[in-house]
Amino acid sequence: MTAVAPASAVGTPSRRMADNPWLAFAVRRTGRLLVSLWVLVTASFLILHLIPGDPVRAALGPTAPAALVAARRASLGLDRPLWEQYVDYLRGVLTGDLGSSLGSSLPVSRIIGQRLPATLELALLAFVVVVALAVPIGAGMGVLTRGGRRRGGELAFSSASTVVGAVPDFVLGVGFVYVFSVTLGWLPVAGRTGPSSYVLPVLALAVGPAAALARIVRVEMLTALRSDHVRTARAKRLPAWQVNLGHALPHALTASITLGGLLLSALVAGTVLVENVFSWPGLGSTIVSSILEKDYPVVQGVVLVYGAGVLLVNLAVDVVLSLLDPRSVIRES
Amino acid sequence: MSELVFDDVTVRYGNARTGHTAVDGVRLVVPDGAVVGLVGESGSGKSTLAKAAVGLAPVTGGAVLLDGVPVPTRPGRRPVQMVFQDPYSSLDPRMTIGDSIAEAVPRGTPRAQRRADVLRLLELVDLDPARARAHPAQLSGGQRQRVAVARALAARPDVVIADEITSALDVSIQGTVLNLVRRLQRELGTSMLFISHNLAVVRYVASTIAVMREGRIVEQGPAEQVLGDPAHEYTRELLAAVPGAVR
Amino acid sequence: MTTMAPGVLVPVADRPAARGRWGSVLRTPVGIGAGVLLAAVLVLAVVAPVVWGAQAEAVDTDAILQGSSAAHLVGTDNLGRDLFARTMVATGLSVRLALTATVLTVVLGMLLGAAPLLLGRRAGRLVTAGIDIAVAFPGLLLALFFAIVFGVGATGAVLAIGVAGAPVFARLTSTLAAGVASRDYVLAARVAGVGRFRVLLRHVFPNIAEPLVVNATIGAGGALLAFAGLSFLGLGVQAPDYDWGRLLQDGLSGIYRHPEAALAPGLAIVVAGLAFNLFGEAVAKGIGLTSAAGVVRGRRAAGADRQPATERGPVAGQPVLDVEDLSVAFPGAGGPVRPVRGVTFSVGRGEAVGVVGESGSGKSLTALAVARLVEAPGEVTAARLDFRGTDLRTGGERAHRRLLGTGFAMVFQDPMTSLNPTRRIGHQLAEGARRHQGLSRAAGLARAVDRLRSVRVPEPERRARQYPHEFSGGMRQRAMIGMGLMGEPALIVADEPTTALDVTVQRSVLDLLAAIRRSDDVALLLISHDVAVVREVCDRVLVMYAGRIVEDLPADRLAAGRHPYTRALVATVPDMAVDLDAPLPVIPGRPVDPSAQPPGCAYAARCPLASDRCRAEDPPLAADASGSRVACWHADEVADGALAAAGAAREEVA
Ligand SMILES: Nc1ncnc2c1ncn2[C@@H]1O[C@H](COP(=O)(O)OP(=O)(O)OP(=O)(O)O)[C@@H](O)[C@H]1O
Ligand code: SF4
Ligand SMILES: [Mg+2]
Repeated sequence: MTAVAPASAVGTPSRRMADNPWLAFAVRRTGRLLVSLWVLVTASFLILHLIPGDPVRAALGPTAPAALVAARRASLGLDRPLWEQYVDYLRGVLTGDLGSSLGSSLPVSRIIGQRLPATLELALLAFVVVVALAVPIGAGMGVLTRGGRRRGGELAFSSASTVVGAVPDFVLGVGFVYVFSVTLGWLPVAGRTGPSSYVLPVLALAVGPAAALARIVRVEMLTALRSDHVRTARAKRLPAWQVNLGHALPHALTASITLGGLLLSALVAGTVLVENVFSWPGLGSTIVSSILEKDYPVVQGVVLVYGAGVLLVNLAVDVVLSLLDPRSVIRES
Repeated sequence: MSELVFDDVTVRYGNARTGHTAVDGVRLVVPDGAVVGLVGESGSGKSTLAKAAVGLAPVTGGAVLLDGVPVPTRPGRRPVQMVFQDPYSSLDPRMTIGDSIAEAVPRGTPRAQRRADVLRLLELVDLDPARARAHPAQLSGGQRQRVAVARALAARPDVVIADEITSALDVSIQGTVLNLVRRLQRELGTSMLFISHNLAVVRYVASTIAVMREGRIVEQGPAEQVLGDPAHEYTRELLAAVPGAVR
Repeated sequence: MTTMAPGVLVPVADRPAARGRWGSVLRTPVGIGAGVLLAAVLVLAVVAPVVWGAQAEAVDTDAILQGSSAAHLVGTDNLGRDLFARTMVATGLSVRLALTATVLTVVLGMLLGAAPLLLGRRAGRLVTAGIDIAVAFPGLLLALFFAIVFGVGATGAVLAIGVAGAPVFARLTSTLAAGVASRDYVLAARVAGVGRFRVLLRHVFPNIAEPLVVNATIGAGGALLAFAGLSFLGLGVQAPDYDWGRLLQDGLSGIYRHPEAALAPGLAIVVAGLAFNLFGEAVAKGIGLTSAAGVVRGRRAAGADRQPATERGPVAGQPVLDVEDLSVAFPGAGGPVRPVRGVTFSVGRGEAVGVVGESGSGKSLTALAVARLVEAPGEVTAARLDFRGTDLRTGGERAHRRLLGTGFAMVFQDPMTSLNPTRRIGHQLAEGARRHQGLSRAAGLARAVDRLRSVRVPEPERRARQYPHEFSGGMRQRAMIGMGLMGEPALIVADEPTTALDVTVQRSVLDLLAAIRRSDDVALLLISHDVAVVREVCDRVLVMYAGRIVEDLPADRLAAGRHPYTRALVATVPDMAVDLDAPLPVIPGRPVDPSAQPPGCAYAARCPLASDRCRAEDPPLAADASGSRVACWHADEVADGALAAAGAAREEVA
């Protein structure tokens, strides 16, 4: 029984630690989120101060009377010391007060409240489409082309997915408009009207990331199918579907999640361009028009919202990963 | 005279709360011209001790002394050299083996001398000097490990530390490397710390053996004594576990 | 390569190997296509403004907003300027801006990425943390942010896109550099007294240059698209200048009347982006940065190779496993490669048979072939492959699932990777039994706990609910064995089951295997490179060399093997009784490559007894009266001189 002693010596402390890694993980992850949020808020605060020249003068134009400019500066608090403005800004962000638009004088939070739902719809629908397309296609291609089988199929898949994945979403959107709206007349050109108006923007946003994710899933599936533990599953003589779905796929998905998360946050950013193609009444068209109109309070607010969205997506990815793969919690420490 | 002394060496990794002690107050002497074998199981701290001697692991307590002074770990001449376990990763795939060896020749050596050194060292480890311009990929595992030995010797070391230098090699090649180690040691009289988990290999090269467990040296002494009449329970356990041993 | 004295730096670019690999990339169809496309885009960027410049600026108020015609291939804009010419001319600005931004990205990224290696630990960690936070934000968002800060316009956009790409490139550089910096050759250089900066220049950058170049190429494609995006939004290039993004934006408003105006620049963006992307990926694939491309499929193995006769030796009663003339072939670059060639052996009831040999001799492949676990493109052929009297060659995988699932246990070398890291141990054990023995979930788990107990895993109920990473190495391996015992195995095939374990743990696993064998009369096929392990555990030993069994003899007679290779193998590994005063005997040369088998005896190049006959004719595996088998023309001539004296043999085999 000599060997049992060291073995259990290794086992016991790992149980004592069993609840700790999760706690440590939660603390660490929350810490990182807070730091990132702070960086984000600070960056958005700095926008007003980093842009060359006087933002108010730029917004109101060279012909605006000096008194008006001074009044605007005062109302924005730009005449006060920097740190005071910073503290004010932080307080404002925490209480949901993001100032008001230079153009329309509407509160920024109200503008965001009106525009955000449209963008969220677009991003979430696109995400669902990405996953629904990429996972079955990628995993299926992985199984079919493992060990160098079906070279033709592999070549077709990888060239098609490279080409599709390389077409930027806004160009794809223009192409879709041309084919489905202008030529065929099946779907509306722009705007957010009925359900049919969602089809093109969602597809334009989803197709590229879906192709990229399908490639990732396929490669990870191939890796998983070659791995030792899948060989063990085959040695247990489980039927092929059980080996592929029960052992290889979860492994492949776990490995795809990190890269998939990056795609997902890129998808959030991609809404900016796609909304502009389709005149979608969301945050993306808002931020562009406010940049062009130099309406900086709105710009700051929208940057905050986009950044926070990305950070939340990253957090969700990490949490899902830790649930799927218990080792990742420990590995990270 | 060059004697390597581990004086109460402790190496801790990580911070105070979650860290762990890899090497725990080790006292070990590698006398001039002797080969000291260090055995122990994985995780016992053998490699960490080796790395501490060459400045690759942080010494958090005690000191590693060469002839009474701390071993220098700044760039420049390094009197303690190390040969690594895996010859497939210890040679830069982009460099010719001649360059790899030349890099270790102490700085300030004239170019002609450096070049002569490389050829001499290749000859010394039984490789054809004409192959100085070969890349590692063109060599077998055993040949690479001999290049690694030559590189260690190029620094004109007083002490060489060999960390599991045969365990990544195929069975048929281990013998050539072990023979080389014994011959060099006899010819050059270099002091050596020879680390291995394999008792039979250590028995073959070392005159003194130290047994390490959980960061501590539990037993050390002349090889015949440690292997023939082990004093510590753990040494007996190790000996009994050797396959083919009488139990 | 020019002749250079040792000690002189050889530039990386001068390496024939590297040049050859890049060259070979450009010879693949995809590589050629992408290369030509990229060259065309770059040439166009220079030439187009010269050729079409005047035409692109020519205002023609008579031809405003026209569709495509013979005079204007893709129509005209609102000033009647020719849009084909404008699209072509825009190549120059689009590519130039993208490349400028990429250079900025690469320089910034490499500086930031290398910083952790050059700065101290603390400062390095700070830089890394900064990069980590920045990387979390997608490039487009960062580009938007910087575009706001740097101001609307081409310069602002170059800065914005260049800076926005830096974090990702920095992360790539630092990951790659950290990977190289922890390699032993960098440690060795540091031990030799080489300074940090020199290490970076001599070891780190040369070894990460290829992936960096490839990623910069792909990154240039990304920058091009990002630029088009910013200009499309109106934040990039401003009138009167124009790039593709700008043209696309202008065209979009009139998409109903003349869609060509939007489609032409869109197409240009896609083609140029693809050129960079495809070229980068083709190179990446060629130099092995992505997942390795599979082996090239050759023609089917043409008939049976010349295979020397093998005798089966006496077979007592019905063996558990009976294998005759088993071969495994893989497609290779120059026709099929046969790492296992005509292996014949049997394993009796309760018998323990060991397989020894050097790395690559075909031990694992033989085991996998016997277990029917060799997957395509590997091809297994055999004259006989019977397990408990059932012919495994006939019928599909489905037919023998139950038989093999309950009666044939496999144990692999690395217990960490062989168990599924994301499933609980108990579930993994029960899975097979539930399928093959129809056990319920609860019954399966109960059996798993029982089996864990039988392989001496302490507290099996609790352990069954744990994940593999919560087990120690030895315990994982015992769990693997327990998995094999879920049914009623007649044979356990164990491939290096203790190689990854410490000696004391190895001892406990070997003892466990011996105990199982005794109590349940289970046969064992134990593969190991360690002669001592096999000698201790097994009744009989098969010695493999170059894919063949060269000797089959009782374990206790290993030291007195009749084959020169057996004797060399046993003598070259020191054991606890080896003579300390004599040098170790060595086997000169190296094992044969399975793709280049010599015509005669595969061992001839290393064998001290090799004669002309050996080099011409492969010896058959012949049985003697006692049932031992040996494949050697000079089996009984083996004398003392069989082993090369140590040190005498200088290996000059390249
Ligand atoms: N999937 C494969 N495709 C091509 N060749 C292969 C494949 N698997 C194994 N081989 C080749 O078959 C030969 C025998 O391999 P095998 O793994 O059986 O050796 P082994 O005796 O088990 O070696 P080791 O002691 O290193 O485990 C090797 O030359 C190997 O390169
Ligand atoms: S057949 Fe000849 S070459 Fe082969 S092992 Fe026997 S003696 Fe050596
Ligand atoms: Mg093997």
